[in-house]
Amino acid sequence: MNRMILSELVEDLPPVLRTGIRWELQDDGSLTIDVGEEALPGIVDHIQKKYHSWLISEHALDLRPKGGEFQLIVLLGLPKVTVPVIIRANVDIYASSFHSLTPSVPAANWFEREISDTFGLTPNGHPDQRPLVLYDDWPYGTYPLRKDFDPSRPVPRVPSEYPFRKVEGEGVFEIPVGPVHAGVIEPGHFRFSVAGEPIINLEIRMGYTHRGVEKLSESLPYHRGVPLAERISGDNGFTHALAYCQAVESLAGCAVPDRALFIRTILSEMERLYCHMGDVGGIALDTAFGTGAQMAYILRERLMQLNDQVTGSRFLRSASCLGGVRCDIPVDSKKDIQRTLLQVKLDFDDFVTTIKNMPSFLDRVETTGVLTLENARSLNVVGPVGRGSGIDRDVRRDHPYAAYDQISFQVPVYREGDVWARTRVKIDEVYESIGIIEQALDKLPSGELCVPLGEAPEGRTGLSLTETHRGECMHWLMAGKGQPYRHKVRDASFLNWPAIELAVLGNIVPDFPLVNKSFNLSYAGNDL
Amino acid sequence: MSGSDSELEVLGGQMKDRIRNVLGRSLAIREVDAGSCNACEVEVNALTNPIYDIERFGLHIVASPRHADAILVTGPVTRNMERGLVQSYNAMAEPRMVIAMGVCAIGGGLFRECYACHKGVGEVVPVDVYIPGCPPRPQAIIQGIMVALDKWQQRK
Ligand code: SF4
Repeated sequence: MNRMILSELVEDLPPVLRTGIRWELQDDGSLTIDVGEEALPGIVDHIQKKYHSWLISEHALDLRPKGGEFQLIVLLGLPKVTVPVIIRANVDIYASSFHSLTPSVPAANWFEREISDTFGLTPNGHPDQRPLVLYDDWPYGTYPLRKDFDPSRPVPRVPSEYPFRKVEGEGVFEIPVGPVHAGVIEPGHFRFSVAGEPIINLEIRMGYTHRGVEKLSESLPYHRGVPLAERISGDNGFTHALAYCQAVESLAGCAVPDRALFIRTILSEMERLYCHMGDVGGIALDTAFGTGAQMAYILRERLMQLNDQVTGSRFLRSASCLGGVRCDIPVDSKKDIQRTLLQVKLDFDDFVTTIKNMPSFLDRVETTGVLTLENARSLNVVGPVGRGSGIDRDVRRDHPYAAYDQISFQVPVYREGDVWARTRVKIDEVYESIGIIEQALDKLPSGELCVPLGEAPEGRTGLSLTETHRGECMHWLMAGKGQPYRHKVRDASFLNWPAIELAVLGNIVPDFPLVNKSFNLSYAGNDL
Repeated sequence: MSGSDSELEVLGGQMKDRIRNVLGRSLAIREVDAGSCNACEVEVNALTNPIYDIERFGLHIVASPRHADAILVTGPVTRNMERGLVQSYNAMAEPRMVIAMGVCAIGGGLFRECYACHKGVGEVVPVDVYIPGCPPRPQAIIQGIMVALDKWQQRK
């Protein structure tokens, strides 16, 4: 199926786009197309229109030390195809600029601004040339992801000011919020322009937690990348680490034992459970329904204590390793999990019945913060946010990893796109997760937990996708000498943040925290 | 762990006594995320859930550094959060305390060698107490706050 659709895709390219391209179907079935940089926007636009593809990632590589140039990698997902289309284009060293995809693919917006910041390659034709991750006081001509950048050297500050979008008119005023917020949340800056109560513009400024994860990973041996991946975004650390492990394993061609695959599935779902529990609790709290929120928080705490009992960490830390898992689920852990989940399910039923029958709660969440399907599609919004706006995609079903192909589960989808739709997706997913864990525990095969990784040949590339509780998470690697030559991380939040700017339009300012909570995005995962 | 509920009561009781001795009534803390991975924040939030419910022991997490006796800082202090942290520190009235929470805040942790980070909070504002862990458990945070209170007592 994959091969048929993909070879047809190439043969279908109109002759103008086909000249000068080279393509190849890889062993894993994925399609690689090498194109000239100037042809990139045309080809991506064609595939997008004809096959309804979505942008998984656009990132750059510095191949100069290998005698090459800069390279752009565009990864596209296609419906009904389990492998991505990989488009590569070289960017001339001296020109250091490329044709922007953003005018035809809005989802490319932040990717290209990030490339511009970290590689110094200018996206020509991009409507927004402001910095994204590196601040305005970052000196011109210093690009941290280029291979000749020395991360140990301190980078001086050059004073300058970030130009926010200006909204002007009678009675329009601005509310700046953050980076230090009133609640205990991560740092980010939100600038609202309002006329009376309704929001007429929101501009989100991220980057406060940019730590330089990708550069750091490119200097660490593979096994040290695992704890780093766990700390990209703390509350979905396990699924990030899993994505990283899978990417390294695909470089080395390592076959992970069955038992480990099932344990990975169980732990991934345990992570989703405690996170979703916090999310639905947070939504209740932001509608000022404190009692309901605390019901969910008690369950969240119980689930985190279960994590602790099973893996020794409330955040499932150190459970992942290359080639398998580091923590077993023996019979008594299995019983602990089953017993706790049974109780959690009952108590969660109570919570759900309570909020579903509470008009004052429903009044706040229905028709609030609507993200239309059209907007969600154009920004390639992923995860529960996408599924709340009618995008029926889930990595666990569409690109199965770990043991998900041996388990049956439903992917809940709602079409309204409001806070309530996103809440219902998360509620349904809680039940699905419990079901997945129960099945996986029943089917848990015996055998080894972990096998040696083996050699990762230099120059090989590996891609891995996982479904975190926020949505699709991507790790892309190019192998170097015992460590990644290039490591690209893309958290679900990176795709979903721009969608909040659209979802809040026309809503009143006091509803912003609620809308934000229903998205529940990671700042650290976004900023890296 | 839930099995040690009574342990928590004891710990909380000790903290409450110290807070009364040192500050009279309650301790107000502002949390500042200076580039954490967000797991440290999850644990600070956990302190306020009904299981730990630290407000009953006199610890209050406030919305602004202006209302705070101490700031609890997480993360290695990224280049982009340095200004936010310094401003939060300066906004606090004297006497004030800085508590650095988690290995990132202590010495940069994994991000020690990174171009975009400091090597911990101590490089940016003076730190009074360090709470180890990645992230520290809720009980460890309470312990750390007690150490801070003892220090405060000595300073008086
Ligand atoms: S100390 Fe650990 S948990 Fe806390 S911010 Fe750093 S990496 Fe995250």
